[in-house]
Amino acid sequence: MSTTREAAPPSGAAAMEVDRLSVDVRTPEGTAHVVRDVSFTVRSGETLALLGESGCGKSMTAQAVAGFLEPVADVVGGEIRLNGSDLLALSAAARRRLAGPGLAIVFQDALTALNPVFTVGTQLAEPFRIHERLSRKAAKAKAVELMERVGIPEPRSRVDAYPHQFSGGMRQRLLIAMAVALRPSVLIADEPTTALDVTVQAQIMELLHDLRAEQDTALVLITHDLAVAAEHADHVAVMYAGSVVEAGPVGDVFADPRHPYTRGLLDSVPGSRNRGEPLRFIPGNPPDLRAVPTGCAFRTRCPIAREDCATHRPELSETGLGRAAACHYWKEAAHA
Amino acid sequence: MPDTVTRPPAPLVEAAGLTKSFKVPRSSAGTTRLRALDGVDLTLERGETLGLVGESGCGKSTLARVLLMLDRPDQGTLRFDGTDPLSLRGKELLAWRRRVQMVFQDPFASLNPRLNVAELIGEPWRTHRDLVPRGGRDRRVRKLLEMVGLREGDARRYPQELSGGQRQRIGIARALALKPDVIVCDEPVSALDLSVQAQVLNLLAELQAELDVSYVFISHDLSVVRHVADRVAVMYLGKVAETGRTEEIFANPRHPYTAALLSSAPAPVGSEGTSRQRILLRGEVPSPIDPPSGCRFRTRCWRAEDVCAEEVPPAEAHGGDPTHTAACHFPLEPAHPVPPVSGPQRG
Ligand SMILES: Nc1ncnc2c1ncn2[C@@H]1O[C@H](COP(=O)(O)OP(=O)(O)OP(=O)(O)O)[C@@H](O)[C@H]1O
Ligand code: SF4
Ligand code: SF4
Ligand SMILES: [Mg+2]
Repeated sequence: MSTTREAAPPSGAAAMEVDRLSVDVRTPEGTAHVVRDVSFTVRSGETLALLGESGCGKSMTAQAVAGFLEPVADVVGGEIRLNGSDLLALSAAARRRLAGPGLAIVFQDALTALNPVFTVGTQLAEPFRIHERLSRKAAKAKAVELMERVGIPEPRSRVDAYPHQFSGGMRQRLLIAMAVALRPSVLIADEPTTALDVTVQAQIMELLHDLRAEQDTALVLITHDLAVAAEHADHVAVMYAGSVVEAGPVGDVFADPRHPYTRGLLDSVPGSRNRGEPLRFIPGNPPDLRAVPTGCAFRTRCPIAREDCATHRPELSETGLGRAAACHYWKEAAHA
Repeated sequence: MPDTVTRPPAPLVEAAGLTKSFKVPRSSAGTTRLRALDGVDLTLERGETLGLVGESGCGKSTLARVLLMLDRPDQGTLRFDGTDPLSLRGKELLAWRRRVQMVFQDPFASLNPRLNVAELIGEPWRTHRDLVPRGGRDRRVRKLLEMVGLREGDARRYPQELSGGQRQRIGIARALALKPDVIVCDEPVSALDLSVQAQVLNLLAELQAELDVSYVFISHDLSVVRHVADRVAVMYLGKVAETGRTEEIFANPRHPYTAALLSSAPAPVGSEGTSRQRILLRGEVPSPIDPPSGCRFRTRCWRAEDVCAEEVPPAEAHGGDPTHTAACHFPLEPAHPVPPVSGPQRG
């Protein structure tokens, strides 16, 4: 009944490297630079949390990586290397052939992502029919197998049911099943548990954890929840206003944050103060991405900002072993 | 003068045996009844925060609606500062309504986009005309703006021009405009970013210290509840599974569901969470249309025995603290005994 999580496995080879990825979105009020020079690496068998508050560009980054951007959004720069090849240099058709076997995504609005008019069996069998050209019968057998693997009870009798006949947690399992069908080397999960109840969230996280270990998948876990990142990720990349502002092993980053924003976030967590004591907070709000402050995007809320923060944009640069921060004064942030 | 009263005063709110069901369509044909609340007892002291936790559909919002008298319970009693609001009608009921106000989860959906901030804050006075004399209203709006940390210049702005945190401040100012005794906060910070959430939680705490208002604080976020609540009630399928002082509940959950719920939430950042045992429950919450017999948690409980299917477990104290009760035939042993505290526990 009870389980204890084992230590993170040793880091494997880089499964995916995202290098200076930038995405623009055209809006009636102007162009928004929603993803600005985002870089991160995720290794096989490892979980990277992409952490940030709403609107910071987490989902756009994921959609750009997975090749599912909305028509109003464009990748305007950067590289996405999957097992060595640059996805952005591939033709759309070549990229689609890679998707599934190479990279899969579980979307944020998971509960609406299943097609209501087809049975779950048909939907689960589809990747096998397209990519592995299996017969209808063989693909359905695979679908049953998948349902079993993601912990859906009585898969044989439920394979012909429709999505609305499943609970929220079971539908999330189905979507994860679809994503992992072809054993992708990289799996992106965008807020996979936000819409679910806590006890079901724990079940889903356990499932992702098991699948990752079983298939040596590189998992990119997109979340706004610091506790989820702390508990489930090996590495974290903290995003603010479209950019990664800090990255490193999750335990190190949370124990010793080196960017004032990361520090402010950690201080805002209710558990960080005694009951009754006021919480610390970051003054103000995140900027409108159509009008990001010059220089450092965080400077309007930063407690240690100086004049050159308005004129020079800080690059994400190394601050120690495996760690990076985008702040001119990270040494002060570390000790503030 | 020394206070010679020996018995503690009655709580501000005292509810007993609240039951509420709704008619819902049956999957085959006709209708059936869904019990959203099934015999809920609850007390609330003046100036106290009661945290209400539980998963979706457990009845938190229905309980809130009953406390606000937006829904009438089918059964049960309600005492509010010496009166029985269920017996009130017409004008009396209208006047009573002022005393319990609500702050919603989605501040945007609850604000009329055609009214500016000053008008929004003064809107409740259209119904409760005598509360603030007409001549004093502008001053009162300014005072409320100041109390919730908005600028005077914000008074002429419209909700769509404001951030989520600012809108939630308006929601709080509107609730305060009627000088309530109780504010029911239904997920008041779940739509807000962490860095902004902290500002709103601080504001609620400051206002409580200043006005001695009581909060019923509904939240799915256990770390938020742990920070704000004096006492916690854990609900499951329309019943209170466990209730007690916040520290007690978090340190010594006695009901298996509470223990599972607490262990399901990821360990708070900064805590030593690695040695924690996680209790993974099987399945999901059953439908409230046809809930399990006996203990409603039994289909997911690892301690269930035959009696759990036959007898509804009564809410009882299982340790030294009489205010800590759990409705379970086989409660868990205390993990970290907390010394009992006399008198109401205030942060
Ligand atoms: N007007 C209604 N008609 C029919 N069923 C209702 C009505 N209001 C609530 N219910 C049902 O009553 C049960 C309890 O609902 P309630 O909204 O109180 O849950 P909750 O704990 O607030 O859940 P959540 O956290 O999802 O908001 C649910 O099963 C809900 O679907
Ligand atoms: S670069 Fe300047 S403004 Fe930006 S986070 Fe660092 S100190 Fe603050
Ligand atoms: S009464 Fe039985 S089923 Fe219910 S919580 Fe207690 S042990 Fe579990
Ligand atoms: Mg609710």
